[in-house]
Amino acid sequence: MSGILVFAEQREGKLNRVTYEAVLAGQRLSAQMGLSLSVALLGFGVDTIAQELATKKANTIYLVNNEHLQSYTPDGFSLAMRQVIQELQPKYVLLAHTYLVRDFAPKLAASMGKSLIADCVSYKLEEGNLTLVRQIFQGKINADVSIHDSAPILISFQAGAFRGDDVESGSAEVKALSVKLSAEEIRLQPQELFREAKQSVDLTQSKIIVSVGRGIKSQENIAIVEKLATALEADIGASRPICDSGWLPMDRQIGSSGQTVAPKLYLAVGISGAIQHVVGMKNASAIVAINKDANAPIFDIADLGIVGDLFEIVPALVEEIEKAKAEG
Amino acid sequence: MKIIVCVKQVPSRDAILRINETGTWIQDRDLAYDVNEPDAYAVEEALQIKEKLGGEVVICSLGPDRVQMAIKEGLSKGADRAIHICDPALDNLDALAQARAMAEVIGKEGFDLIFTGLQSDDYGFAQTGVILGELLGVPSATIAMAVEVQEGEKSVRVKRELEAGWFQWYKLPLPASITIQSGLNQPRYATLKGIMNAKKKEIRKVTLADLSLSRELLTPKQKIERVSFPVKSKKTEIIDGSAKEAAAKLVTKLKQMRVL
Ligand SMILES: Cc1cc2nc3c(=O)[nH]c(=O)nc-3n(C[C@H](O)[C@H](O)[C@H](O)COP(=O)(O)OP(=O)(O)OC[C@H]3O[C@@H](n4cnc5c(N)ncnc54)[C@H](O)[C@@H]3O)c2cc1C
Ligand SMILES: Nc1ncnc2c1ncn2[C@@H]1O[C@H](COP(=O)(O)O)[C@@H](O)[C@H]1O
Repeated sequence: MSGILVFAEQREGKLNRVTYEAVLAGQRLSAQMGLSLSVALLGFGVDTIAQELATKKANTIYLVNNEHLQSYTPDGFSLAMRQVIQELQPKYVLLAHTYLVRDFAPKLAASMGKSLIADCVSYKLEEGNLTLVRQIFQGKINADVSIHDSAPILISFQAGAFRGDDVESGSAEVKALSVKLSAEEIRLQPQELFREAKQSVDLTQSKIIVSVGRGIKSQENIAIVEKLATALEADIGASRPICDSGWLPMDRQIGSSGQTVAPKLYLAVGISGAIQHVVGMKNASAIVAINKDANAPIFDIADLGIVGDLFEIVPALVEEIEKAKAEG
Repeated sequence: MKIIVCVKQVPSRDAILRINETGTWIQDRDLAYDVNEPDAYAVEEALQIKEKLGGEVVICSLGPDRVQMAIKEGLSKGADRAIHICDPALDNLDALAQARAMAEVIGKEGFDLIFTGLQSDDYGFAQTGVILGELLGVPSATIAMAVEVQEGEKSVRVKRELEAGWFQWYKLPLPASITIQSGLNQPRYATLKGIMNAKKKEIRKVTLADLSLSRELLTPKQKIERVSFPVKSKKTEIIDGSAKEAAAKLVTKLKQMRVL
């Protein structure tokens, strides 16, 4: 085939929508490079998802139906995907950098002696040469990454790198592709899928959120932002490290592994703006950031920013707010 | 239980990064370094398992001399000994090539469990632990929020964090490689006694000459050619002035937004 193969992610019979971001990347690359585009869907009894994928512009949807792929395991998925790759001989394999892909793609790549170019945010194509752009240092710096490898080249894209809604419609042919898997090859036993007990704080309805990050330095200092939250009649939120350290309870965490919020105002204090945090708050109507590092990624999505020391700015802000309130 | 904990030293999060003159990497001369965040949780998890079941915790770190700081931190907290893979030829490789070097050392050492962090703060490959599992022929599980070694020490139950607040338990036979997510425990501080004890603990140095890896296996298949600060896609209005002035200006804006 020597084309582009996109990995379609489903779990428990539902297509993960970020798959469309990878499909869109595949559509663009296939047009630019003149390569065919296929999608591989792995699972058991997921025909309807294959039909759904077939409404997008692509050459072929390969449906890999196998009982050992009913529940996701890294063993099952990497073994199956490896056989698919051997069968189809794609030049590029594209995946969305989800938790599931993080779990099996490095294994798949290593099993073929390949180096997965992970978590890319975009690509550049110059004179037929493909360069990937990855974020390093927690999104503070972008790196242009060149490829020194033969096919298949495995690339995963960060969620949000492409707009899944822009995926082109069309009609693709669905073809079955069989793989050989045995129970012994799957060493892991997946057990129950569950959510923790209901969160006691619901930040999804908050109008104003003052959110605190590691710039606050210590648990005692949390009081400083609490004062700001009180002055603004805001709820308090936090980045993951604050909750990890137990400085605020887990249900204050905002981001990919916390709550997704969309307040009128989100005030980020001492938060760098790592992608896993940003996905949880980027839909706020207005974002204000206070950070001492002018290059902090949070300033990329903020509407308003103050570059400086939060320990000076936050108390001054509380004072000004009180003053404004007193003036009415 | 013999647990190998891979600890990476990375520029501290607070460091203000600057790009070097050639635009190929950051200026790393005067940087402050820390233990990669999830790795500190990995060390703690290993120590807690050892305290319960007995055994040994071995720190493994690949990097230049400075990484001894990170190694010593682990030893001071209670790890038994360490392996320092140190060779300029092994710096700045891609995840696969670097893991090949680590896998060879860890394979010879032997283990029941390998713990790594789920992702490094600098390169952010998010791959090393999984690759190590593959190269060493053992199963792996990622983004662990709990690790329970089962009765008889033949298997381990791992609570994996998934997206959108979901979790899932997986059972793996031992030996296995597990990538640790931050927040699954509360890392201890090193005590003075721990720091004193650490001075006597072994740090075995390994260089490229000790490894039987061909040059080809260590050739990176992906290379950073150029680094740059991300171009801002959104126009952020930066409010300047002293803290007091900036605060007053922000309050005016908040009033315009009708949040005040
Ligand atoms: C799988 C996975 C899931 C994750 N899920 C989440 C999640 O749900 N939510 C989440 O938040 N993170 C999550 N993370 C972690 C995320 O990658 C970042 O590590 C985290 O968001 C960083 O938090 P922070 O911004 O508070 O800390 P840092 O990145 O350390 O940033 C601190 C900031 O404070 C600034 N600062 C320091 N001192 C001052 C001062 N005196 N005045 C002003 N500014 C100052 C610094 O310049 C810096 O920008 C996840 C990571 C992974 C790998
Ligand atoms: N040079 C290194 N030395 C020791 N451990 C490492 C090294 N590089 C990566 N690791 C481990 O692998 C994890 C994931 O790193 P990465 O795959 O680079 O995101 C880290 O949290 C460490 O536990």
